[in-house]
Amino acid sequence: MPAPSSFTPGRASHIRAAQIRARAWGWRHAGRHTQAVSGLDLVIEPGERVLLLGASGAGKSTLVHALAGVLGDAEDGDETGSLLIDGHRAAEARGRVGLVLQDPDSQVVLARIGDDVAFGCENLAVPRAEIWPRVRQALAEVGLDLPLDHPTSSLSGGQKQRLALAGVLAMQPGLLLLDEPTANLDPAGVIEVRDAVVRSLDHSGATFVVIEHRVEVWQHIVDRVIVLDPAGGVLADGPTREILASQGERLAHAGVWVPALPPRFPTRHQVTASETLLWAEGLAVGRVPFARRAASVVADGITLAVAAGTATVVTGPNGAGKSTLALTLAGLLAPAGGSLRASDFFAAGINSEPHRWRSKQLLNRIGTVFQDPEHQFLAATVRDDLLIGPRALGLSLAEQTSRVDELMHRLRLDHLADANPFTLSGGEKRRMSVATVIATRPRLLVLDEPTFGQDSRTWQELVAFLAELLDAGTALVAVTHDAQFVSALADEEYRLASTDPIRLGVGTS
Amino acid sequence: MSLLTPTIRPSVVARLNPVAKLAVALIVSCALLLSIDWVSAGVALLLEAVLLIWCGLSARQFWLRTAPVWIAAPMASITTILYGEDSGPLLGQFGFISVTEGSALLGLAIGLRVLAIGLPGIVLLATTDPTDLADGLAQVLRLPARFVLGGLAGLRLVGMFIEDWHSLSLARRARGVGDGGGVRGAARRFFGPAFALLVISVRRGSKLATAMEARGFGSDEPRTWARPSRVRTADAVLVGMGFAIAGIAIAVAVWAETWSFVLA
Repeated sequence: MPAPSSFTPGRASHIRAAQIRARAWGWRHAGRHTQAVSGLDLVIEPGERVLLLGASGAGKSTLVHALAGVLGDAEDGDETGSLLIDGHRAAEARGRVGLVLQDPDSQVVLARIGDDVAFGCENLAVPRAEIWPRVRQALAEVGLDLPLDHPTSSLSGGQKQRLALAGVLAMQPGLLLLDEPTANLDPAGVIEVRDAVVRSLDHSGATFVVIEHRVEVWQHIVDRVIVLDPAGGVLADGPTREILASQGERLAHAGVWVPALPPRFPTRHQVTASETLLWAEGLAVGRVPFARRAASVVADGITLAVAAGTATVVTGPNGAGKSTLALTLAGLLAPAGGSLRASDFFAAGINSEPHRWRSKQLLNRIGTVFQDPEHQFLAATVRDDLLIGPRALGLSLAEQTSRVDELMHRLRLDHLADANPFTLSGGEKRRMSVATVIATRPRLLVLDEPTFGQDSRTWQELVAFLAELLDAGTALVAVTHDAQFVSALADEEYRLASTDPIRLGVGTS
Repeated sequence: MSLLTPTIRPSVVARLNPVAKLAVALIVSCALLLSIDWVSAGVALLLEAVLLIWCGLSARQFWLRTAPVWIAAPMASITTILYGEDSGPLLGQFGFISVTEGSALLGLAIGLRVLAIGLPGIVLLATTDPTDLADGLAQVLRLPARFVLGGLAGLRLVGMFIEDWHSLSLARRARGVGDGGGVRGAARRFFGPAFALLVISVRRGSKLATAMEARGFGSDEPRTWARPSRVRTADAVLVGMGFAIAGIAIAVAVWAETWSFVLA
């Protein structure tokens, strides 16, 4: 993307890179028994670029939030030791530190991109005359070449993350912190954000700390890796290559994606001729927008068949209608045109149009795993939630319990039986969302981005479990951006090409 | 077009400071709430009609936006005519219902009032960008930035509620609890996702708050404003017009001897 003229490459001499010094530092969140971080001794010199790794629960996010001064005060937790930025307490180093978080949607503050980037400068009381040049410069650095009054709501995930980065850069921080900035992005978005970060660091020379379990994205950009120990303190610290070599095995076991140690693919049994479950012919998919009657078609002319024991993956760029297609195949949205029919074998005595099936009739036919697991949680504990499907099917009490126990054991959820689903970690939520759906043994499983943002351990478990289901004859339809997932499981790939984002009216029928 | 970035056609009214518009709507409303008579409301409505010509809304936009007021006004009017307190000569009697000259005039006064208060309010807001309104509230009226900007940022989450609600409903259908169960089932289907939506929204709200805090928001230090909100001559003129409308409406009503002060 060509940089607007206001962008001048080269080092910005007025930005002073920050130094981080932790001495026996620790933090315990209010209401928790265990320390999130403890006994941390660490010095990061100005201008260093650091990748922060560690098993889930090692306190990476806590440390980064503390550095950004957003952990709160004594009411929010207990601090021990000291954590200093340029010799000042981190909480008092306002404006010296910029933080970009994981979720693109919850970092946009204002309605127009120019205003959003200006927000941080305003809070730091930068004079108005200086704000707008900074805004333009920051937008140029992240390569967001859009008018200042462009609505933030129409940006893609990658663009939103670059916007968040621009908002931080405009504050001219001496320390740039990123907390899994690319976990929610598609591969193109990941590259966009990474390149924007590199460009801005080359310009500002700021100190840089990034948390990311996909090591591949950052390994050639950082010069130092620090691995936090869940038991407290630092497990390993040193040059990137050295640490990845000495700690790779251990990190991979903890769920970190180490490039040299990719997760194992499961062995699949060859499928012989199998029953077809669903046929789509000239299918058009779309959603009915709020307060409208006609669906706005996002993809059409889709012809495919889904057979028992096979995995069909749906790929394609953002906005091509992949999720909408998945929801339509799952019988949750009515087709916007064309036809979608279930075979007699699959329908088993009810009509052949999945979207006309009753909610209970879907249970043992089609299971849907949503992109955001939180959307499908219904009960207050993991166990109760898993029981809902089997109970709705009218299974015997003994059968309900045995199915649920077996699943919880298989997906390592036993110890969480009484936990509230909303309090689980990302990987646990994903495993649970698959378990709730499998409990009713549907013949077809539809998954929307099942491996999004997952650590390598969860990934491996999930893929192995899905391979088992396939071998047992379950059909699989998965929407995914994940190339490894495709190579591990896919029998068929259906690629949706990008179309005009919004075309109103009913499609061809 | 969305809630936060409405497409506003450039017009004289659109360029005015939102705070001045808010002031006019308040001045006229307050004056009209002091009395319930048809003359003051009628005069105010007539004068407002002249101003609304400059608002820059297309005819379609105007009728669409103000439709609720056009429905509410006759309803309020008819209800008062039929059931309002009787006084003066009887005009008609239908069973229990009696229409007198007093109740008819009262009905007319109420109907005109709803229009005279509702129309400018809706039209002025329809020509105002929420971001500009927030800038005005914080810079002109000096309301605390924390409230104003917090509220503005929170507005953005409303659009996400609708998306979340849609996904939650689909997920319920997928999990076998999407239909059946009669009235109790329907109630469960409403309150179940409502609770989940609450949890998800609170979570999203606190993430947004963290992101805002990370960008230096929420401290007691002074902040600057990238977009100046200035009160210009035109804004003063607008507020003057508001006072004029209120004054003329009251004066004409007093002159016509229809003015009846509600607090008297």
